[in-house]
Amino acid sequence: MTIIDRPETEAAAPAAPGSTVYANPGTAGAVVAFKPRYDNYIGGEYVPPASGQYFQNPTPVTGQNFTEVARGNATDVDRAVEAGWKAFPAWSKTSVAERAVILNKIADRMEQNLELLAVAETWENGKPVRETLAADIPLAIDHFRYFAGCIRAQEGGISEIDNDTIAYHFHEPLGVVGQIIPWNFPILMAVWKLAPALAAGNCVVLKPAEQTPASIHVLMGLIEDLLPAGVLNIVNGFGIEAGAPLASHNNIRKIAFTGETTTGRLIMQYASENLIPVTLELGGKSPNVFFADVADEKDSFYDKALEGFTFFALNQGEVCTCPSRALVQRSIYDGFVADGLERVSKVKQGNPLDTSTMIGAQASNDQLEKILSYMDIGKQEGAKLLTGGERADLGGELSGGFYVQPTVFEGVNSMRIFQEEIFGPVLALTSFDDYDEGISIANDTLYGLGAGVWSRSGSQLYRAGRAIQAGRVWSNTYHQYPAHAAFGGYKQSGIGRENHRMMLDHYQQTKNLLVSYADGPMGFF
Amino acid sequence: MTDPTSGPSRVDVTEAAAEMLRHLASINGQLMFHQSGGCCDGSSPMCYPVGMFRTGGSDILIGTLHVEGTYPVEVYMSRSQFEYWKYTHLTIDLVDGRGSGFSIEAPEGKRFLIRSRMLDDAELEAFGLAAPVVPTPAVPTPTPTPAPA
Repeated sequence: MTIIDRPETEAAAPAAPGSTVYANPGTAGAVVAFKPRYDNYIGGEYVPPASGQYFQNPTPVTGQNFTEVARGNATDVDRAVEAGWKAFPAWSKTSVAERAVILNKIADRMEQNLELLAVAETWENGKPVRETLAADIPLAIDHFRYFAGCIRAQEGGISEIDNDTIAYHFHEPLGVVGQIIPWNFPILMAVWKLAPALAAGNCVVLKPAEQTPASIHVLMGLIEDLLPAGVLNIVNGFGIEAGAPLASHNNIRKIAFTGETTTGRLIMQYASENLIPVTLELGGKSPNVFFADVADEKDSFYDKALEGFTFFALNQGEVCTCPSRALVQRSIYDGFVADGLERVSKVKQGNPLDTSTMIGAQASNDQLEKILSYMDIGKQEGAKLLTGGERADLGGELSGGFYVQPTVFEGVNSMRIFQEEIFGPVLALTSFDDYDEGISIANDTLYGLGAGVWSRSGSQLYRAGRAIQAGRVWSNTYHQYPAHAAFGGYKQSGIGRENHRMMLDHYQQTKNLLVSYADGPMGFF
Repeated sequence: MTDPTSGPSRVDVTEAAAEMLRHLASINGQLMFHQSGGCCDGSSPMCYPVGMFRTGGSDILIGTLHVEGTYPVEVYMSRSQFEYWKYTHLTIDLVDGRGSGFSIEAPEGKRFLIRSRMLDDAELEAFGLAAPVVPTPAVPTPTPTPAPA
């Protein structure tokens, strides 16, 4: 990902030199306006929720409500699953070429509306618009194109059992699948799940997070005409009222979830009742390991490593792979940490709609409260606060938003702030003496989703990367999420892999035709 | 509000959370908590009607909340997670909020939240943890802890 300069648009507030401040959505000069209300999207049309009820959706930027969203329940989920099955026979029989064309058209439409989607996503989630412009939306666009290519290139198999007996293996879609989306990358995480499911010929019932229920509808508004009715259905609502009925529905063929462990277990429990497959992505407590040779020179690579240290603040730390544990080799500890803290001090916090802002708002009030509660326990456990540690008040209309200072604690790996996913811009920092100790601390966690390793030695980089028990080990980099690199967890971090063509396997059945071309009987009877 | 008959407890509840529990129990019947880990809404207590979430051998009952005017509320956590939490006392509080996995308070616009404090000496003694525990060095001298089961 590369941070790019955006052209000037009408600014709502003074911008830093060279930056742009996008107008608040729905105000004069804004590139996007949300509708005052969003219903559920079922069977190709917007329909009011069965309950007749809606819930308010605030922006984390200011804390103010900006739209209301359908409070869906089991009845709406039933309707959506039914609409999916109605669409499935035709959709599942479209050629892969047709489906690939549709996915590519979706990508093109998104690309033509990049700024609109990026600003909508920032308003919805609170993240800085420089990230949505340069990462969230471009990655989502590329994801559709990637799976458009994958499905075209996918082949079945032919196994020659003997001269007259052939096993043909075909890929077939599962049917109607359920997808429960997290709030940290509302559009990108939806697309990670949607693109392979649609490419494979499934119909989808998607449940957005109730913290970020609206931006997916801005996307839907752009692409609605490209998908046949019922292929993609969106039911909004609360987890217990809409998510649980979807996950436990007896007529879905698969459920995918990104979230936390207790809900992950519940989803597996429901899946066991219906005997359907699950994919789960449940987060982590990712180590970011800096070996001593990183500091051999104060060069561009050293600069890159300091950015790697600071990446805990990306997306306000609300990333399942947030490098929230920094492990720095003792021989370079003092100097490297001092330089790292200096880099952290340059992280600009401000209006998320300002393209120069590097850290925006946490996604919700309860997330803010949780982060503050972990800062409290960190202090109580005896961790040393090196920087940050407080809620940030940015003044003006931003005072009502959910902002936290980038925070670094120094401590030991047994502390709770080293073991639990805070999902905020909070770094837990410690040191290690040698390779073995570094790997041991890195692996001393319940989770294994992501990790980072930094070294100038190719062999050390390789050995460490293989030794760390995590599904993704960024090596001399961090926080890159390109399609075609598998993403998923070891240990309690989940089941399955996203972001790669192997994801198609999670959305397909294998049909085997075992065919005899022999002219005569087998001879048993 | 914890069991007055069983000595020190690991878990307590604030009045605001207790009031919410009474309200939710009046609708859903007896409730329980399971402490979550991991991303998004993780590291939070999830509240369910008893019978909705299946606990098992991988879980530990860390305490029972005795909330006046409603049923006892059992609080569970996975054993592996408890290894890192066992030196802390937990208080379930209530804040304004929205999402929460499938936890049942979310539609009320509220969210249960864990607040923690370190166990005091008497509690450590009572829980058999008094030995060579915590004291955290000011300068980090990381000692690998045993890998969780």
